[in-house]
Amino acid sequence: MSQQSSQGVSRRGFLKGSGAAVAASTVVSSTEAEAAAPGLQVVSGETSITMKVNGKSMTAKVEPRTTLLDVLRYQFDLTGAKPVSLDGSSGASTVLVGGKAVMASTTLALAVARKEVTTCESLGGDVVPAAFVEHDAQQCGFCTPGFVVAVRAFLNRHPDATEEQIRAGLNGNICRCGTYANILQAVISLVKGN
Amino acid sequence: MAEVTYSWPENHKARLIGKRISRLDGMEKSTGTAKYTYDINLPKQLIVRALGCPHAHCRVISVDASAAERVAGVVLVHMIKAPGPGDDPVEIRADGTLLVAVAAETEAAAAEGVSKLKVKYELLESFVDDHDLQAAEAKKRTKKAGGGIELDEALGEPGDDDDEEEWEEQKVQELFAQSKYVVEGNYGIDTITHCCLEPHGSTLHWEGDRLKVNLSTQNVSRTDDGYADALKISADEVDVHCEYIGGGFGSKFKPDYWGITAAEIAKKTGRPIKFLLTRDQELKIGGNRPSGFIDVKLGADENGVVQVWDSHHWGTSGFNGSTVSVGNFPYVFRPKNWRRRATGIITDNEPSVAWRAPNHPQACAITQTAYDDLAAKMQADSLDIFLRNLENIDSPEKSLVYAEQLRIAADLIDWRKHWHLHGKGNRRGSVVEGLGIGIHKWGGTANSSNCLLKIHPDGGVESYCGTQDLGTGTRTICAMVLAETLGLPIDAVKVNIGSSTYPFSGASGGSTTVGAVSESHRRAAQEVLAQIFDLVAGKLEVPADKLEASNGSISVVGYSDKSMSWKQACSLIGIQPLEVTSIYKRGDDSPLSSSNVAGCQMARVAVDTDTGVVKIIKMVAVQDMGLVMNRKTAESQIYGALIMSIAAALFEQRINDPKTGAFINSELDNYRLPRLGDTGELVVHFHEPESERARGVIGLGEPPAISGGAAIANAVCNATGVRVPTLPLTPKRVLDALRTAKG
Ligand code: FES
Repeated sequence: MSQQSSQGVSRRGFLKGSGAAVAASTVVSSTEAEAAAPGLQVVSGETSITMKVNGKSMTAKVEPRTTLLDVLRYQFDLTGAKPVSLDGSSGASTVLVGGKAVMASTTLALAVARKEVTTCESLGGDVVPAAFVEHDAQQCGFCTPGFVVAVRAFLNRHPDATEEQIRAGLNGNICRCGTYANILQAVISLVKGN
Repeated sequence: MAEVTYSWPENHKARLIGKRISRLDGMEKSTGTAKYTYDINLPKQLIVRALGCPHAHCRVISVDASAAERVAGVVLVHMIKAPGPGDDPVEIRADGTLLVAVAAETEAAAAEGVSKLKVKYELLESFVDDHDLQAAEAKKRTKKAGGGIELDEALGEPGDDDDEEEWEEQKVQELFAQSKYVVEGNYGIDTITHCCLEPHGSTLHWEGDRLKVNLSTQNVSRTDDGYADALKISADEVDVHCEYIGGGFGSKFKPDYWGITAAEIAKKTGRPIKFLLTRDQELKIGGNRPSGFIDVKLGADENGVVQVWDSHHWGTSGFNGSTVSVGNFPYVFRPKNWRRRATGIITDNEPSVAWRAPNHPQACAITQTAYDDLAAKMQADSLDIFLRNLENIDSPEKSLVYAEQLRIAADLIDWRKHWHLHGKGNRRGSVVEGLGIGIHKWGGTANSSNCLLKIHPDGGVESYCGTQDLGTGTRTICAMVLAETLGLPIDAVKVNIGSSTYPFSGASGGSTTVGAVSESHRRAAQEVLAQIFDLVAGKLEVPADKLEASNGSISVVGYSDKSMSWKQACSLIGIQPLEVTSIYKRGDDSPLSSSNVAGCQMARVAVDTDTGVVKIIKMVAVQDMGLVMNRKTAESQIYGALIMSIAAALFEQRINDPKTGAFINSELDNYRLPRLGDTGELVVHFHEPESERARGVIGLGEPPAISGGAAIANAVCNATGVRVPTLPLTPKRVLDALRTAKG
């Protein structure tokens, strides 16, 4: 969960919000807040933020408790990232924020203000989904978008990964249908460049 | 038109069938544009969340919804299984049972509304222990769940004066006394949950009196009646759609009570409703597989062939108190003499629903382990013992098939090289390795299916069928069959599935769907083609039976110059499309499909005796399935099934708190499932001699999900020399078993 604290939103504050009990306010750092006041700032109620999603500037209305996942799915109709587990332990909501893989389900929308978000919907021309299709690395497909983004992020860091590294490096995502063997083949093929 | 004889193309002529074809919707799934029920956002929709009961057994006395109703964005609070003002208390028998629904403008507001509900409960004593039969008996929580006995005719019959049961008991004891080897053991497997990644639920709205439902369902054609019954409307007023479903392993056949709630709230509010279970609710009430525990005694002759089997098993399917069905004990094997008995335990849990190959994985895991313990006791090779016992199996005609499959699997896993007697392998530090086997069977009869096939005068081809694609690749199979039959490229046919407004097709359960759609689509395409052949024959002045469709044209066999393009041929249809609706009824004798497959799996594992951690080194699956349709997706089914077997063998289990009954690991960080790094090397082998192809299509989904658990459990026993009796074989259980064995 380091992505939250590094973005100025405390884990505790977040959990309070996601529990939906009360989340009247969230502390965000000035660089991310819409109003560019110096230092930390308290935001409460509904505010508008912008973020760059798949290259396009988008505006969302958010409360402090609103997750990035809810913004993507309900305001931008980008439903590739999936709501599978509240705590991010399934990896199904993986997206890239500033090039880094995060779980949209455990990332507050306010923490993403003015940042670049990449979702699997933008990866149509990427080699990763094509390899998933070629190796049939999907059954029901509900975990697949999260896996595709996780693989993209993994390959960005480890373009020459060995099989051992692949087996060790893609354990943040769950597939109930059991497509791991196919995903492994897909990633091996990408590393080999075929 | 001559009568159409249904058949599959010969192997060397098939262009698509039996080949590796990429699934047609792969790109949509991989780039997140495939729309699942959860993803469909309707204008003005409300989101519903519900309060799940936090207690396993209680009475709900009253609900105070006033604070919830005051939450900004909350539109409606609706009682599900809770009393309204002045109503009698409602008894709840399972943690997670949905009590009250809150409909709101956003997910967050709905969740906040739920958190503001004030409910008064009266706690009742709960009981959740399914391991301890005596404890259940003491609490009067047991129910008889069937049984029976069969003794070899050579043993004679009880005399007129004999008490039948006493006579049988005496014979069974005599058989044990005559046995060279007697094994007594107890084995078990815990309850697991479906845990579909897309939880159960719907996004729906009313259009006047018509209910339009997007439902995450395995049963597109036949959930309308469930809505109709509950809502007092008729089935023709309900349309059900499901283009994509995020996981369905036997639990998504009905609207479920929360689906009815969604329709009721949509009616009350006049707005579309999205109501999917939370992860915690999906695990608690979305569906679970019954547990099974067994006491076994078996007796074998000097060759290790089991002569007598005597077992009593128990387990729970929740508050309706059933267990794994007794009919399959021992699994696949059927000694000449057997006695078996089952007892269900009533626990305060949601009743179980079908899970991939209902009853088989548990029966396999808790009986074929006893066969392996026989090998251990004899200090014999487990493979030899499995092979020798093929002389007594429940489908004797399959014994040669199993023998061949075991031989192939043994080669693939290098059995002879890695085999050692139980507990006698080399130790590397604290790590020991072992091998294990399981064998399985399944029916896989094609379900009923109808297909409407339309050929347009411009050559366009479209099909309609109310089936669904659970991820097995149904959509792709439909297209392959049509394109193969009509001699067209696969992208020339437009397949429509996933709507109850299309012709009926059976539910996807029991490995029946690929057979079903292969039947209906092949029949429709062959019938259409016969009509087009008649038209072309007239035009080309050749007999229709000399025509064939291939490479986008219709030509005379042997005379490629006498031909017509598909488009030209279709222009002969006239101005209206040619339509054919095929009808296939389950059980109809057909040359296109049949049933009954066999399979075996072997596992090679490494066990760390210091930490109790079991790692899969390699698993091999050998499987027959009649005619292989799509080699690529069929292989994926088996890989997936192996991984699910690893899940149930090593990781997943429902854990109830013994005191409160609460289901305490209902989130994914604690409900453990294997990850990519946990699966080892997986090898899939299709067992397909020509005799198999000739059987036509047979369902594949369930069979490879059965025997992996037994294979892994047996491999762990082979590695350590100690039986870890209950699956999943968690590190703690492995260490406990090792400690107990040491004394
Ligand atoms: S493909 Fe179904 S969960 Fe991964």
